[in-house]
Amino acid sequence: MTIAETLRAEAGKRILVKDGPYGTAIQKLGLQEADYRGDLTVSHDQKGNNDLLNLTRPAAIATICDAYVAAGADVLATNTFNANRISQADYGLEDRVAEINIAAARIIRGCVDRATAADGRPRFVAGALGPTNKTLSLSPRVSDPGYREVDFDGVKAVYREQIDALVEGGVDIILIETVFDTLNAKAAAFAAAEAGDALGRELPVMLSMTLTDLSGRNLSGHTVEAFWHSIRHVKPLSVGLNCSFGATELRPHVVALAKAADTLIQVYPNAGLPNDLGEYDEAAETTGGLIGGWADEGLVNIVGGCCGTTPEHIAAMARAVAGKRPRALPRPPVALRLAGLDAWSFAA
Amino acid sequence: MSASAPQYDADVAAVAALAPPSAPAVDETRDAAAIAQFINIGERTNVTGSAAFKKLIMAGDYAAAVEVARAQVENGAQVIDVNMDEGLLDSEHAMTTFLKLIAAEPDIARVPVMVDSSKWSVIEAGLKCLAGKGIVNSISLKEGEAAFLEHARKVLRYGAAAVVMAFDEKGQADTAARKVEICERAYRTLVGIGFPPEDIIFDPNIFAVATGIDEHNNYGVDFIEACAEIRRRCPHAHISGGVSNLSFSFRGNEPVRRAMHSVFLFHAIRAGMDMGIVNAGQLDVYDAIDPELRELCEDVVLNRRDDSTDRLLAAAARFKGDGKAIEKATDEWRLLPVAKRLEHALVKGLDAFVVEDTEEARLVALNSNGRPIDVIEGPLMAGMNVVGDLFGAGKMFLPQVVKSARVMKKAVAHLLPYIEAEKSAGSSSKGRIIMATVKGDVHDIGKNIVGVVLQCNNFEVIDLGVMVPFQTILQAANDHQADMIGLSGLITPSLDEMVTVASEMQRAGMTMPLLIGGATTSRVHTALRIAPAYEGPVIHVLDASRAVGVAGTLVSDTLKEDLVAATATEYEAIRVARAGGQSALVDLATARANAFAPDFAAHPPVRPAFTGVRAIDDVSVADLIPYIDWTPFFRAWELAGFYPAILEDEVVGSAATALFTDAQAMLAQLSAENWLSPRGVIGIWPARRDGDDVLLFEGDNRAEVIARLPFLRQQVAKREGRPNSCLADFIAPDADWLGGFAVTAGAGIDAHSARFKAAHDDYSDIMLKALADRLAEAFAEYLHERVRRELWGYETGPAMSKDELIREKYQGIRPAPGYPACPEHSLKRQLFDLMAAEAHTGITLTDSFAMLPTAAVSGFYFAHPQSSYFGVARIGRDQMADYATRRGIDLDTAEAWLRPCLD
Repeated sequence: MTIAETLRAEAGKRILVKDGPYGTAIQKLGLQEADYRGDLTVSHDQKGNNDLLNLTRPAAIATICDAYVAAGADVLATNTFNANRISQADYGLEDRVAEINIAAARIIRGCVDRATAADGRPRFVAGALGPTNKTLSLSPRVSDPGYREVDFDGVKAVYREQIDALVEGGVDIILIETVFDTLNAKAAAFAAAEAGDALGRELPVMLSMTLTDLSGRNLSGHTVEAFWHSIRHVKPLSVGLNCSFGATELRPHVVALAKAADTLIQVYPNAGLPNDLGEYDEAAETTGGLIGGWADEGLVNIVGGCCGTTPEHIAAMARAVAGKRPRALPRPPVALRLAGLDAWSFAA
Repeated sequence: MSASAPQYDADVAAVAALAPPSAPAVDETRDAAAIAQFINIGERTNVTGSAAFKKLIMAGDYAAAVEVARAQVENGAQVIDVNMDEGLLDSEHAMTTFLKLIAAEPDIARVPVMVDSSKWSVIEAGLKCLAGKGIVNSISLKEGEAAFLEHARKVLRYGAAAVVMAFDEKGQADTAARKVEICERAYRTLVGIGFPPEDIIFDPNIFAVATGIDEHNNYGVDFIEACAEIRRRCPHAHISGGVSNLSFSFRGNEPVRRAMHSVFLFHAIRAGMDMGIVNAGQLDVYDAIDPELRELCEDVVLNRRDDSTDRLLAAAARFKGDGKAIEKATDEWRLLPVAKRLEHALVKGLDAFVVEDTEEARLVALNSNGRPIDVIEGPLMAGMNVVGDLFGAGKMFLPQVVKSARVMKKAVAHLLPYIEAEKSAGSSSKGRIIMATVKGDVHDIGKNIVGVVLQCNNFEVIDLGVMVPFQTILQAANDHQADMIGLSGLITPSLDEMVTVASEMQRAGMTMPLLIGGATTSRVHTALRIAPAYEGPVIHVLDASRAVGVAGTLVSDTLKEDLVAATATEYEAIRVARAGGQSALVDLATARANAFAPDFAAHPPVRPAFTGVRAIDDVSVADLIPYIDWTPFFRAWELAGFYPAILEDEVVGSAATALFTDAQAMLAQLSAENWLSPRGVIGIWPARRDGDDVLLFEGDNRAEVIARLPFLRQQVAKREGRPNSCLADFIAPDADWLGGFAVTAGAGIDAHSARFKAAHDDYSDIMLKALADRLAEAFAEYLHERVRRELWGYETGPAMSKDELIREKYQGIRPAPGYPACPEHSLKRQLFDLMAAEAHTGITLTDSFAMLPTAAVSGFYFAHPQSSYFGVARIGRDQMADYATRRGIDLDTAEAWLRPCLD
């Protein structure tokens, strides 16, 4: 079986659990500039460059991954949210992108293979692709709406570099996450498809959108259904939502997506909404309870955590979904499904 | 039901007449979810088709060019075609510049884009700017299979649908056979590489006809015939075309061109064309075309005569825009009566005179003691019905309907101030209703009309607009403490969305009524799909005129229960009929032959300890408190959950606990201070079954009949082994007994309610009423136990726990008139008379047999252990006639009383 087939088979038996964030866990380590930089020679300050830790603090990253494995996660993502040429330019580390991604993939691959060797349970390594900090659909200049800082081919190339390195490091799946611009995601998926061509096999892709406000649209203005129509051609292993808000606020949009998408639904919300201090303080059991409710409603196939969630949250989710029936895939009627910012369906 | 109750079950045309009657069957929405109508592609943002747009682009005036796109979408384009193929232009640059600019305009960017170019490089540049899923126009086999596949694979990877021209290595397809051959080959090639068939849109080439060249005469027929065959051979694929080519030889004669386009579309759409580049201004309403011109065009388009071109050419000048025939016709409609003028304006989408005509209609109404609303409900609605019929018959197209809708809106806008003024002179709000067109749907004319009509009748309408997601609807209902929610939708996917709203209302523990309206909605869909998703009342409202009756009934304390119960029964009947796949009823004789037969040998009737009538006046509130079923109490306060678990509930637990504490306090006070005096009456009479009637007797010898109680029998065809039940079945045919009761906990409530209202203490007032309702139910439970164990005495052994009582674990039933097992309310009158219930309890019956005070319960006692609750559901007219005889009423009265259950 291919990885995609194995994952689909597992997802048919139970609700799978994805890990939580690296940022929250790294923050708790209280690392300083010297910890980030290690013995590398760098031109910029590196404090906050969490992706660099794959090179300079691999053991710390492995410890976080192990904690998520112990919490019951089946899908383990790499710590590579900003490990792309666009984002690393802020740290002057564009040329280390490949190195960082290979290292990141190897760390998670190692943790996962050790765990699976011990208990035989199938687990999956997802190479995480963040949205970059540039957008293909919007102009950063208010007075010049036609202007773009980046173009499709450029963004595609940036993603291709990261994908190739992640694959070299041993990831199973490419996870295009926190999609605030649908066109960036399309460029990433295009790059993954071309990387698959080069490998001579299909490189499975997961896509996860993030909403910018409660109206249920991402930054580029797409509703969850429009997003699904826009990326359905990728035939993703899963589509879903992450970050955005807590589970409570995310739920209506999960309902909408779960109804529309004939593939696995993956959702990993934040630990509620941030409090006045910008901290996430939703208790693990609370998040777990909300996620368990989704499972009862048959809304999800893969659940996990984003900002503010911890291994405890992941463990609570794993307990909450254990033994519950995974969402059955809907079979929407055949239709010409198009998208502007809104989704459009025409009977075929 | 009283005769004055609203008739929500009739079957006439809907208010939002814009819906195609040809829309897919609404009760099979799962399989026909999408919009089954012609997809209208805007073509004004095309430099090859629009000189104005070309001029703007050539001058670099992109701001003005963006406005062209906006106007397209506003005019109803569902996809906008963008073409920058011009020799003097850097087409790639122009394409990407324009696409990036419109991406910044949410009004425009909400619809998909069709990237149109004959150059692949321009198409690919365009695709790199599309965040959504658009359409490529076009690819073809013109340069052979290899190039075709390369482009198709790219289209697939960028994520777009594709227009495929009927063009191959040999050239453009002209005959039907060639069109079909090329399209089928392209289809097989594309599907072979995994291209989704539903993303293939064929353009089988619309060529000009009536050119004077004989070979061209059959082009229209070739296209139409090819459509049908391509749809047959290429499942899920679509067919598109540029319609204006057809009439190329009549350039300059717009009336003839418009007529040709309309005639052509009328036939091509029937053959399977489902998408096209159509300018609303270039179309006529099929039925409105001058019959002579229409026939001439039809001859040309369908190639029906050898001389059809000559004949059309000869006549064309007469129909030309500046010709006299047309000018005369143009003015003639202004001479029609005002109602007809409004209809004409609506059908033609002409808004020039609509305000003055509407004003005239308003004055006409005023002079005949009418009201401004009559103009909407009368001529305007009639006009929209005509539009709806034409649209449904494929004789009008969406862009035209959008224009009609604008005319309607203008007319309504003119009337609104008058309607408002009239309203402010009236009384205060009758109730508050949240209205919304559900998510995914933008049609709001029907909803707006209903809103206006409700406002005229003193309802407060909170209109959330169109495309409203369920969370907004629920939030608004809570924030505004609405009395009900009204959902509207025109397109079939909205039906599913309404189910979602209903399930979310259920999930949120709401209890307020949900009204369903809009042209694709139906009673059947509401019964089958929406009502089962929500335990609160769900009622399909057929049109605006009925909305007031239904909404008014739902805010009435006395009438609401009747309507809700009758609707529930009616919908249950629909479900039962559909579930069995047997919507047919059996005749009454067959149903009677399949009656339920209790085992009277094993369970003979038990002689009651007492017969006759007895007032029950020795009961205090304190006696009843232990019998209260608290779960409905919380539901009355819109807190979902079961007592006592609800007190610990994560979400509503603290609110429920606070409410419960307040309830206990008031209960203690009203008990201690004797606010309410529970009063009841029971009767137990010697009885026997006589057919579907139960006869009651004065004495044990069963000689003197004191009453004949007619019951209704289920007539829905049953599966093998399932009886057609009737309450009479539970009574033995020789010697048995039947009981009856009426109880109230409401005596004395008015004084306290008035006291709370005077103090503006709505909370206590509602609390008191909710508690009184619970106490009345508790009284019925208490009394039923006393009857079983003491007054009738058929139940022996240890007493049941209160929980077992609430869960109705005991033997025997107590069905109430007006509820599913005996849905005919007038039996309550008979029951009350038998027990002198008014005198004993102070409960009175209204004309529609509702009990006052409302905190009251009445019903019959059936003691047999095999007696059970069921729903009569639908009955036939044969039973209605039979019932009328047995009940001693005329047929009209019977029909009025039995209407909710009549087939």
